[in-house]
Amino acid sequence: MIEGAKWRRWVYFYVPLGLFIFWLLFPFYWMLVTSVRPDRELYRPWMAPNYAPFWTAHPTLVHVTDLLTQTLFIRWMANTLFIAIVSTLISLFCGLLAGYALSRLKFPGGGALGTGIFITYLVPQTLLFIPLANIIRNFNLGDTPWALILTYPTFLIPFCTWLLMGYFKAIPRELEECARIDGATRWKAMLYIIFPIAVPGILSAGIFAFTLSWNEFIYALVFLSSAEQKTVSVGVTSELVRGDVFYWGQLMAGALLGSVPVAFIYSFFVEHYVAGLTGSVKG
Amino acid sequence: MAVSDVISQRAYVAAPRRSAATRLLEDERWLAAALLLPTVILLGLFIAYPFAEGVWLSVTDARVGIPGHFVGLANFTALLHDSIFRVAVWNTFVYTAVATVFKLALGLWLALLLNRHFRGKAFTRAFVLLPFIIPTVLSTFAWKWMFDPTFSVINWSLFQLGLIHSRINWLGDPSLALISVIIVNVWRGVPFYAISLLAGLQTINPELQEAAAIDGARPWQRFWHVTWPLLLPVTMVVVLFSVIQTFADFQLVYVLTGGGPANATQLFATYAYQIGVGTGLLSEGAAVSLAMFPFLLIIVVVQLLYIRRVEVH
Repeated sequence: MIEGAKWRRWVYFYVPLGLFIFWLLFPFYWMLVTSVRPDRELYRPWMAPNYAPFWTAHPTLVHVTDLLTQTLFIRWMANTLFIAIVSTLISLFCGLLAGYALSRLKFPGGGALGTGIFITYLVPQTLLFIPLANIIRNFNLGDTPWALILTYPTFLIPFCTWLLMGYFKAIPRELEECARIDGATRWKAMLYIIFPIAVPGILSAGIFAFTLSWNEFIYALVFLSSAEQKTVSVGVTSELVRGDVFYWGQLMAGALLGSVPVAFIYSFFVEHYVAGLTGSVKG
Repeated sequence: MAVSDVISQRAYVAAPRRSAATRLLEDERWLAAALLLPTVILLGLFIAYPFAEGVWLSVTDARVGIPGHFVGLANFTALLHDSIFRVAVWNTFVYTAVATVFKLALGLWLALLLNRHFRGKAFTRAFVLLPFIIPTVLSTFAWKWMFDPTFSVINWSLFQLGLIHSRINWLGDPSLALISVIIVNVWRGVPFYAISLLAGLQTINPELQEAAAIDGARPWQRFWHVTWPLLLPVTMVVVLFSVIQTFADFQLVYVLTGGGPANATQLFATYAYQIGVGTGLLSEGAAVSLAMFPFLLIIVVVQLLYIRRVEVH
């Protein structure tokens, strides 16, 4: 692609790409190094002559074991997993049905409803968190996982619906019509003909929705108050910082371990994740 | 013979078995209503209702646990005279504008780099997306630690390279704090831009590039006159999403500075949180976050109009 001398390839391609990768990945390396570094090396000012930032002489797992035994970290992971899975399933269920209706059926008000769902897709969580906290309190859902399981679908359903509508529109109508001529009801044609074809789309939507709910922060911060109920993001933020004291070793170990489930799922389904991501911004 | 027998027999048996509900679902309108019901209930209960509740709260003097009385627009007029609110509005605009420009420029650059053929391309692409998929709050802590004035690896590196001679207080210096927060926002957003724009680039027919090259267009001209116009619709949608998310951002600032020092990084959302949740002034907090709404609406309308215009051409 790049014409000319070899140095041009380096200047226009390898060096910029290398810098990008370094910049984007360095914080993760830093998390890893910090989480295995003993405290006496960790709290050595950068001006000290023996400050050695990029490796550690005496790696230790003490931060990880402290995190797992002295804090509720495992509990937070379990909470987050439960909340993310249930809210993803609810959103997939709703998004699948709504996406089918909006892309395949003709009914009065269909266009307006589609626009309405697209608009809710653009509503940021920070716009509504204060009145929503009030409502959660009135429904007696405060400080329970259900506060999040029921509110996460508000940003997951529009996304799932939008993504799946794209998949449904790409399936030829004849397929469904054939099934109907053979005597299938609309309901059965949808369930046994259309949905199985849309499985890649369902997978993409599900994976993307799972990572979105795993990463959500402000609702979890506002709706949950007791330490046992917290999600990973909130637990790490509020319980590993006491007053002005940051437990950096544990914090970084928590950040690393708290990222593992999303990174794990991501690594197996990169293509589906990217399809979900790019599908989510397709107009 | 036998086969058709079976079929007609089954059709004969199946037909009367259809219940009233099944027959109702054969009607497109009833089926649509049934399919949309769960979505409408959830979105109504947790989007439309809170929105109405937010509007109501913002015109009352409610506190946590105390239902308020109607006070008209008093909360909003109070905000106009609130110097912290004005700082927050200004910061939000600077934050959004600067971060978006850098995310778009760097994201596009990275997308163009990733669009080339090289060994380990799929691998590189997968890794590049990491800042976007890892929970933001958690990766932001890594940045907070990297920005720590006493233990900063960034300061150490700059010092070793001879670029600085004294320590930089990235998050504690009011004139630097917003820049530092923007750096982290750009770091998190660039992969999203890059991967979305890369998907857009891959839909552009390479023959167009080749034709332009044969006609003697330089690489820069090829980008500006061929690639960029074709990429514009995708770019606009990506920017629309990103601008809304950046404008309403909360978690980055909450972790890095909490809005400080001296409100230098206070945004709409962090200020709403500070008032509404921190202090418990529900109605004022609701008014602050609702004040975001007209700005968001203008952004969305302008961009949607622009997208429509681009798509018509």
